[in-house]
Amino acid sequence: MMATTLPQPPFRLDQKRIAQAILLAALVLVVFRGVLPAGLVRLPGALVLPFADWINAGFDFARDDLGLMTFTRAFSDVVEFCLDVTANLLYGKSRWPHVGPIPWVVIAATAGMAGYALGGLRLGVLAGGTFVWIAVMGQWKWAMETLSVIVVAVPFSVIFGLLMGVLAWRYRMAERILNPILNIAQSLPHFAYMIPVVVFIGVGPKAGAIVTIIFSVPPMIRMSLLGLRAVSPEIIESGKMSGTTRLQLMTRVRLPAARTEILIGVNQVIMQSLAMVVLASFIGMPGLGQKLLQLLQGLKIGLSVEIGVTIVLLAIVLDRLSKAWALKQPEHVEGSWLRRHRVLAVWLGLVALGFVAAWSHPYFAEVERKQALSMAGPVDAVVGGFIDLIDPVTDWLRWFLITWVLIPLRNAFLWLPTTAVLLALVGVGWRIGGWRSALVCLAFALPIALSGWWDRAMITAYTVFVAVALALMIGVPLGLLGAANETRARRFLLVCDTAQTFPSFIYLIPVIMLFGVNDVAVIAAVMVFATVPIVRYTIEGLRSIPPEIVESAQMSGASAGQLLRHVKLPLAVPTLVVGANQSIMFALFMVIIAAFIGTQDLGQEMQRALSSTDVGKGLVLGLAVAFMGLMADHLLLKWARNHEAAMGR
Amino acid sequence: MQRLTRLLLGAATLALASPVLAEDSSDPIVIPIHNWSSQIVMSNVVGQIFEGMGNSVEYVSTDSQAVYEAVRLGDATLELEVWEGAFGASFRAAVEKGGIHDVTTHNAVTREDWWYPMWTKEACPGLPDWQALNECAALFATPETGEKGRFLGGPVDWLKHDQEKVDALGMNFVVVNAGSAAALWAEIAAAEKDKTPIVLFNWTPNFAEAVWPGEFVNFPEWVEGCDKDPAVGPIPDKVYDCGNPANGYLKIAAWDGMKDKWPGAYAALQKVNFTNAQIAEMAKLVDIDGMEPEDAATAWLEANEAVWTSWTE
Repeated sequence: MMATTLPQPPFRLDQKRIAQAILLAALVLVVFRGVLPAGLVRLPGALVLPFADWINAGFDFARDDLGLMTFTRAFSDVVEFCLDVTANLLYGKSRWPHVGPIPWVVIAATAGMAGYALGGLRLGVLAGGTFVWIAVMGQWKWAMETLSVIVVAVPFSVIFGLLMGVLAWRYRMAERILNPILNIAQSLPHFAYMIPVVVFIGVGPKAGAIVTIIFSVPPMIRMSLLGLRAVSPEIIESGKMSGTTRLQLMTRVRLPAARTEILIGVNQVIMQSLAMVVLASFIGMPGLGQKLLQLLQGLKIGLSVEIGVTIVLLAIVLDRLSKAWALKQPEHVEGSWLRRHRVLAVWLGLVALGFVAAWSHPYFAEVERKQALSMAGPVDAVVGGFIDLIDPVTDWLRWFLITWVLIPLRNAFLWLPTTAVLLALVGVGWRIGGWRSALVCLAFALPIALSGWWDRAMITAYTVFVAVALALMIGVPLGLLGAANETRARRFLLVCDTAQTFPSFIYLIPVIMLFGVNDVAVIAAVMVFATVPIVRYTIEGLRSIPPEIVESAQMSGASAGQLLRHVKLPLAVPTLVVGANQSIMFALFMVIIAAFIGTQDLGQEMQRALSSTDVGKGLVLGLAVAFMGLMADHLLLKWARNHEAAMGR
Repeated sequence: MQRLTRLLLGAATLALASPVLAEDSSDPIVIPIHNWSSQIVMSNVVGQIFEGMGNSVEYVSTDSQAVYEAVRLGDATLELEVWEGAFGASFRAAVEKGGIHDVTTHNAVTREDWWYPMWTKEACPGLPDWQALNECAALFATPETGEKGRFLGGPVDWLKHDQEKVDALGMNFVVVNAGSAAALWAEIAAAEKDKTPIVLFNWTPNFAEAVWPGEFVNFPEWVEGCDKDPAVGPIPDKVYDCGNPANGYLKIAAWDGMKDKWPGAYAALQKVNFTNAQIAEMAKLVDIDGMEPEDAATAWLEANEAVWTSWTE
């Protein structure tokens, strides 16, 4: 390539120079830390702004003067009515309509038939089998308590998300307002949502349902907006030609045409709702999550693993069902009623059979805890054996990591002058995306410094940094191993799915038993969670490389190692970076939960804010976490895009 | 509109009728449950007693601090375990706002303080004296505390003033706060495997005493004002130079409206009274025998009929 045909754009060079100058200035601040005025090491107290008080004043105004409370109470009454109905049907709470509980055989048969209708025999067996598992393991009542909330939360979330999506699609302004809100909402730690809900709604199942709705709505908004955008103009044109009104055009043409995206949105809503099962039980959601926390309180690992398995199975079944629904195109069958509604007829028959079975023997109505099967004993033995086995190693590992890695690193993070960190972030931003990115970094980092939570934020950053670094060291080789062939890749991805939906609280306990209450335990817990996206994206990245490229490299005589180093990895880098980005997001979520081990970071303060229902403090802390995530997200994605553009893909 | 009028009329008749009949309302009595087993079993025990009297009962899981606000507003009807140390402040604050009151006090006393499992005593025979503990501080050292011993405290939001105590008594200990009660238990379970000495925050009545026998550390005795007045207590210029109260109360609290709405149940509630041994037994049925809280409550009621039958009369 000749320089004349592809001139290096001059601003490129400037961008690099400016970035270097800024980074150098940051380095100077670090080197001369000893002689820096105190105001540059940490921002002076006068600059710390009382964000929390402002937010609290805003909330008080909304609650007391605007009367938002009447509105939220009215809304929560509607939700509560729906919850009472599902609670009666699913587990027989004494509320209107007083017909429940539906026997478990009937629900299992219904799930099985739904699976069969949407995805054939295998899905049918999976869906039916999951409910049979729940019943025979004696978890029926808890699972139904959980489902009674999810069954209410999901439709609310879907309708609300669809409406907001249509609004954003219709009005540019709405989209501009919604977009940053959604970005922040999706990176805000779960606990930050809960505090306002406790203030406005109180605690109990309805609070659990509402926090689930709030948490699961953002992907629905995004997917419906995406779907509506993608409808081809020809379809709209033909709709208009048939003389539809605007409402008809929306309900009969646009929405059905965007069906697939909308249903993927529904799928996301369901997944997010299940992710909230355990956390929402902190504010009164009954069911599996609440039971799980109770069992962990008594160190009953085996029994909690059983519940964890149920949550994973429910997630997999609902995921597969909703995906099958999204992919299934409407079909038309000719013939008699029975022929057209074969599945429906079989289902009705099974339901009738189920009711008869439940009526003839109580086992088919409800399996009592005494009759339940359990695998808790073996699980406890395995976990105990594992801990005993690696206990000698962990003692040494713990000592080594704490004395030689973690304490020095943590002190270093805390030692850095605030101004140097801010300047360095601006420099990195400038290097990657010019002055825009530099400004974005400053806009995210400066509020954290001004909030007065800098030290705690640095501890969070240090934890996430170490955990993600370790996750990369473990996850990338695992991903390489997994990508070797298609079957193995599928297996690895299934493990990733499972690890992602498995309630993270469960492994906090074994981790404490291994390492004790200290940073090693916290980092180990965060790392386990943060490794999952890295493995996943490494596999995806390697799989997405066009086979022609691999073949041509092989033909030019590259060895397997060369192929990996010079061809596959460089091509997979952008995907890997997206994985690292996801990993940081996961780590930020988990680091907050790791406060239950015992930390001194933002998570610990968040826990305190939740127990004293301090909305302002909780939101400030939550935003600090969200801003860290969004900054990393911006930088990494920008870098990945540049890299892709440079490779001409 | 007509329907609303009818409803209002109905409510008015009920309101007029109920004091005369003095019969319990058919609305469910809402009993809050928290995340520790003795409280859940006790709630079920009392709930089943109420059901035996013909009332309907519902259990709702709530946060143990936020519950006082819920009882005050009538969202929950009563609270069976009000711990002086842990919830005294929230309870008193709610009482001041009105709507909740102190029904009765259990015979059981509560204590929360530094505690160690029995195997620790083998390594440090001078225990339970606090000065002896201080001399053994090196036994409790961990990589992150260096030379000093580690005291594993409860979550910071429990506000237990352990750091102040360490400072006041000049102890060679560093306070490390666990993030949850489960983290405390996990540490004891891990220490049990090779009998590592450990000193941590604990309380009674609690299932842990049945699983891991142990003792509280004897600090200078609690004297009123020792937490506020430097002159009180053995060290003249320090506050918190004392242990926590060794006999804190365990109360029952109820919504003010309960008396009128469910007079029968309220009368029974006034007689409810448990001892430390009974509470530990309830916790044991769940935490050690692995029963479900509902079944544990039924079993306890069957085994202890002599205790509770008089409450319902």
